[in-house]
Amino acid sequence: MKTICLYFEIHQIIHLKRYRFFNIGTDHYYYDDYENEKTITEVAERSYIPALQTLIKMAKDNNKYFKVALSVSGVALEQLEVHAPSVISLLQELSSTGCCEFLAEPYSHGLSSLANEKCFREELNRMKKKIKQMFGQIPKVCRNSSLIYSDEIGSVVADMGFKGMLTEGAKHILGWKSPHYLYHCSMNPNLKLLLRDFKLSDDISLRFSNSEWNEYPLFASTYIDWIASLPQEEQVINIFMELCALGISQPLSSNILEFLKAIPVEAKAKGITFSTPTEICTKLKSVGQIDVPYPMSWVDEERDVSSWLGNIMQREAFNKLYSVAERVLLCQDRRIKQDWDYLQASNNFRFMTTKNCSCGIDRGIYDSPYDAFTNYMNILGDFINRVNSLYPADIDNEELNSLLTTIKNQGEELSALNMEIDKLHDKLVKAEKKSIVIDSDKDSSRKVSTNKTTNSKKKKSVK
Amino acid sequence: MKVLMFGWEFPPHILGGLGTASYGLTKGLSRQDDMEITFCIPKPWGDEDQSFLKIIGMNSVPIVWRDVQWDYVNNRVGGYMNPQLYYDLRDHIYADFGYMNTNDLGCLEFSGRYPDNLQEEINNYSIVAGVVARQQQFDIIHSHDWLTYPAGIHAKQVSGKPLILHVHATDFDRSRGNVNPSVYAIEKNGMDHADHIMCVSELTRQTVIHKYFQDPHKVSTVHNAVSPLSKEIQDIIPQKNIKEKLVTFLGRITMQKGPEYFVEAAALVLKRTRNIRFVMAGNGDMMVPMIRLVAERGIADRFHFPGFMKGKQVYEVLKASDVYIMPSVSEPFGISPLEAMQCCVPTIISKQSGCAEILDKCIKLDYWDIHAMADAIYSICTNPSLYEFLKVEGKKEVDSITWDKVGLKIRDIYEQVIGNYR
Repeated sequence: MKTICLYFEIHQIIHLKRYRFFNIGTDHYYYDDYENEKTITEVAERSYIPALQTLIKMAKDNNKYFKVALSVSGVALEQLEVHAPSVISLLQELSSTGCCEFLAEPYSHGLSSLANEKCFREELNRMKKKIKQMFGQIPKVCRNSSLIYSDEIGSVVADMGFKGMLTEGAKHILGWKSPHYLYHCSMNPNLKLLLRDFKLSDDISLRFSNSEWNEYPLFASTYIDWIASLPQEEQVINIFMELCALGISQPLSSNILEFLKAIPVEAKAKGITFSTPTEICTKLKSVGQIDVPYPMSWVDEERDVSSWLGNIMQREAFNKLYSVAERVLLCQDRRIKQDWDYLQASNNFRFMTTKNCSCGIDRGIYDSPYDAFTNYMNILGDFINRVNSLYPADIDNEELNSLLTTIKNQGEELSALNMEIDKLHDKLVKAEKKSIVIDSDKDSSRKVSTNKTTNSKKKKSVK
Repeated sequence: MKVLMFGWEFPPHILGGLGTASYGLTKGLSRQDDMEITFCIPKPWGDEDQSFLKIIGMNSVPIVWRDVQWDYVNNRVGGYMNPQLYYDLRDHIYADFGYMNTNDLGCLEFSGRYPDNLQEEINNYSIVAGVVARQQQFDIIHSHDWLTYPAGIHAKQVSGKPLILHVHATDFDRSRGNVNPSVYAIEKNGMDHADHIMCVSELTRQTVIHKYFQDPHKVSTVHNAVSPLSKEIQDIIPQKNIKEKLVTFLGRITMQKGPEYFVEAAALVLKRTRNIRFVMAGNGDMMVPMIRLVAERGIADRFHFPGFMKGKQVYEVLKASDVYIMPSVSEPFGISPLEAMQCCVPTIISKQSGCAEILDKCIKLDYWDIHAMADAIYSICTNPSLYEFLKVEGKKEVDSITWDKVGLKIRDIYEQVIGNYR
């Protein structure tokens, strides 16, 4: 029996403001508030809210038959909390239907998986906590930013206890294999891999409203027929896309939401079910391992990391950023930690790409890759100065770490001692109180006792 | 195909970009086997490269009949022209110009520069062109820049052959909008008579269409290119100071080139760092005000004016530079950034320059945006990866822009114009 795994990504970058080099050292606020508010409210109104309402309706109407998976980057969650809290409540409502699974992803939507394992683990854990806190679910399946995956990343994710991971069904990795099966990581068989069917996914997210496409207009019945006509043994159809495909890439006027609503009905008629990633990972067996020595992703025709790290400018920015990763992890400064999340977002690197794309890429406020690079490096310059000013630069990280642990241990010891002192102090006070009470009880016989003591004293003095 | 070209400058004796462009363009065209080019200039010096075209000096074309001996003629003009041509031309004098101030050969004198009596020289040039057009055989006329437009029209009327104008600049570029009415009149008249107009950039093309009211169909864009560097120039070893970065501005210091924006940007950069030097090489009417401005901003210790440079010196300065900048307010094309990129220098240009239309591996910004300019300079000087990227990729890009390709494009236009003519 075939099953569809539908997954949507929610991520919006925090836009950086125009930051000139003469601001380095004087201005520590890097964000374009107007742009951020504008984009997030626009995306929420045009896409997230109607799309989520549709998903909720589908979940309710189909009575647990329809299932969907979602992941939200921490950065996007923070923005939604501030500018579009109604999206959060819709997400919570969707979660409460029991038909939606939340996945974990790096908090910043950054490239830490390629740079610093510690940082990557920390981000995933933080995201897990945040999802638990907001939606009451503990994510069991992980997806990396832009579905970046390699064997090494897989082994780290498996080590963290995730059951499965989503990634791209890239042609150069799969070769003759089909993405419609469950695979596992070559370095750790416990980690199951769900591979995106890019053809079926892009039919919705890229081509749906394109009137020049030979399948235009696409109806849910045709779409389900394509899936039903796949060979009998191919069981998992993974359709992954950004949530803003519904509404932004494909305008609502193209009736994409009506299309979506019709899918579960059509699927039911053909006996095709829906599953969440966790269900697939637990129910199905892997058919084999996938070897991915070099990282792949769901971006561009190449499906690799070249759109973020393709030229030397991008690599310099990337290396400079992660050169302070350890220090940022060690520090306790909340503003630095927050800036760290925002600066890591992979979109910042995407703006610097010099690849020739057939479609013009949106560079945000920047005119050119050089402009994006210059602005980012100015901000990074200021950020690195701030990080370095926290701790002296000539101490290496290990030493710093041990010093910090010593300080922390001593602090803990001190607080423990303080507590003990407090306890003893309390005891003393109590004891004193008690003794006063005892004293007043014995008040009547006081004179006698005092006489006795004076007598004894006298005796002592005689001796 | 035979082409009669009218120009004002030809290397090695050049005053601006026009000469360089004329040379590259004719050289590119001459790569086509059946192309014969006759290039008229006011005053040849005798050391021009005539291997791929024929040069006619307008100062050696008789307009008044003089009975002179072969040996005498050979003695006077033999350095750059076959004396027989003198006699052939003499047979085509078309009117009595005895009242004019001619010399012993019956020719008019030209300075070949841009003198104060430029209008008179332009007029004389056109008179002489009448003789040339009567004597020479050709299929098409190609006039470079407004100085030669009247000559082009004259030749067209005499020969009945189609006229193509090549707009290297318009007066709107030179004057930041305050056009000289008599120059405008000459330009407009030329364009009205032309069968086709080639512009060095889309920017110029728009000016021609909107300010000179030309039919867009007869105006096309033919971007310039660069000639590969000669061995001698390639061998120059860059004299680089490791501790200091050098930012260079090279060109006429005039209003059109936006030098004041460069100074202001330099002042911003120097507020922050001290290990960057700025050079403004060249000459022009804005030089003194610029020196004043530099002193006013208090950056004279880091900002230098080495004066006019020529030939090899230009390349020595370029090769020693870490950044080349051209903040032109309005530049029809601007060939110098391409030369800088050939020397592996990262380049910053204004979006208002024509060459910005064909260059991608350089930083483009608005000429008035001094903050962006300062930021770009600072970024190239402090981020080795950006420097390296622009250096390597810029060189690759500029090496693919060749005059041969331009020659093919011009050839297509020639064929079209001749095909549609009459």
